[in-house]
Amino acid sequence: MRSYTIALAGNPNTGKSTLFNALTGLRQHTGNWAGKTVTSAEGFFEYDDASFRIVDLPGTYSLYSNSTDEEAARDYIIFENPDVTIVILDATSLERNLNLALQVLEMTNRVVVCINLMDEARRLGIKIDLKKMQEKLGVPTVAISARSKKGIDELLKQVMLVASGAVVPSPISITYSEEIEKKIAAIEPQVREMFGTHLPSRWIALRLLDDDESLLTSLKKWLQRDQNAASRKEVLQYGETACH
Amino acid sequence: MASAETTLLEAGTGNQVRITRIEVQGVMRRRLLDLGFVPGNRIEVLQKSPLGDPIAFRVNNTTIALRSEESSQIWGERIGE
Repeated sequence: MRSYTIALAGNPNTGKSTLFNALTGLRQHTGNWAGKTVTSAEGFFEYDDASFRIVDLPGTYSLYSNSTDEEAARDYIIFENPDVTIVILDATSLERNLNLALQVLEMTNRVVVCINLMDEARRLGIKIDLKKMQEKLGVPTVAISARSKKGIDELLKQVMLVASGAVVPSPISITYSEEIEKKIAAIEPQVREMFGTHLPSRWIALRLLDDDESLLTSLKKWLQRDQNAASRKEVLQYGETACH
Repeated sequence: MASAETTLLEAGTGNQVRITRIEVQGVMRRRLLDLGFVPGNRIEVLQKSPLGDPIAFRVNNTTIALRSEESSQIWGERIGE
């Protein structure tokens, strides 16, 4: 059976946990990830002959303000490389919520945007043009009401398409001022040389330009982890040849 | 006539301001941007606390209170006057 990992990102109070519970039922437990004391719920479910592990990231407005929650969410998306990141948005407060969505879209293209609280928005007279949003964002965009479990099937369908690689989204790419773009162009090749295709080089270049020290710390940790893994591999290979 | 630039601190209760620039630096700047204090966005001054600081603002449908350290460094133009 194929297995995939999904990360669930979103602002606080957007119904992340409601969606999480709707997807996993009672099969959930609390987990944490490498080097972080921030814990986050983790659960499992099956859909369309595949098993999914879903990680409920801390609810944040941003991934750049460097609170512990935000660092944990950012590091998970960048270093743990989930097969799909679902960004859940509050339909009644899209302007603020899209800030986080854009940040995630700069980090990875494997994103499904999920607009929650559609019932509530309708009640307030807010109309959302899903098709247009999907066109603009460049990733699958679905509307749900997590509480009444509406739209979950369509969400899972889109998640499956992205997880399996049947759909490869090409998200909106933000072009910065000429000055910043020039600097990105200068830094990005070196970033790519260091991290290859494992990490998003344009995004890292941008964070370096922003003097994001917290990310630097995480990058150093990741490089060490990577080197340890590489040296273990070498020892193994050496052992194999010694046996001959 | 274009209205004069004011800080959020001095904008006055009940007024609406369109943000023109933010002089706050560092992590707090990032936080303010994330909360919706971005150039072009409309802010409403809701009320002052009894001692005048902090002041509550309405931004993107949410109430955010800022201390004078921050609100004195956010600039905008009054609208709807």
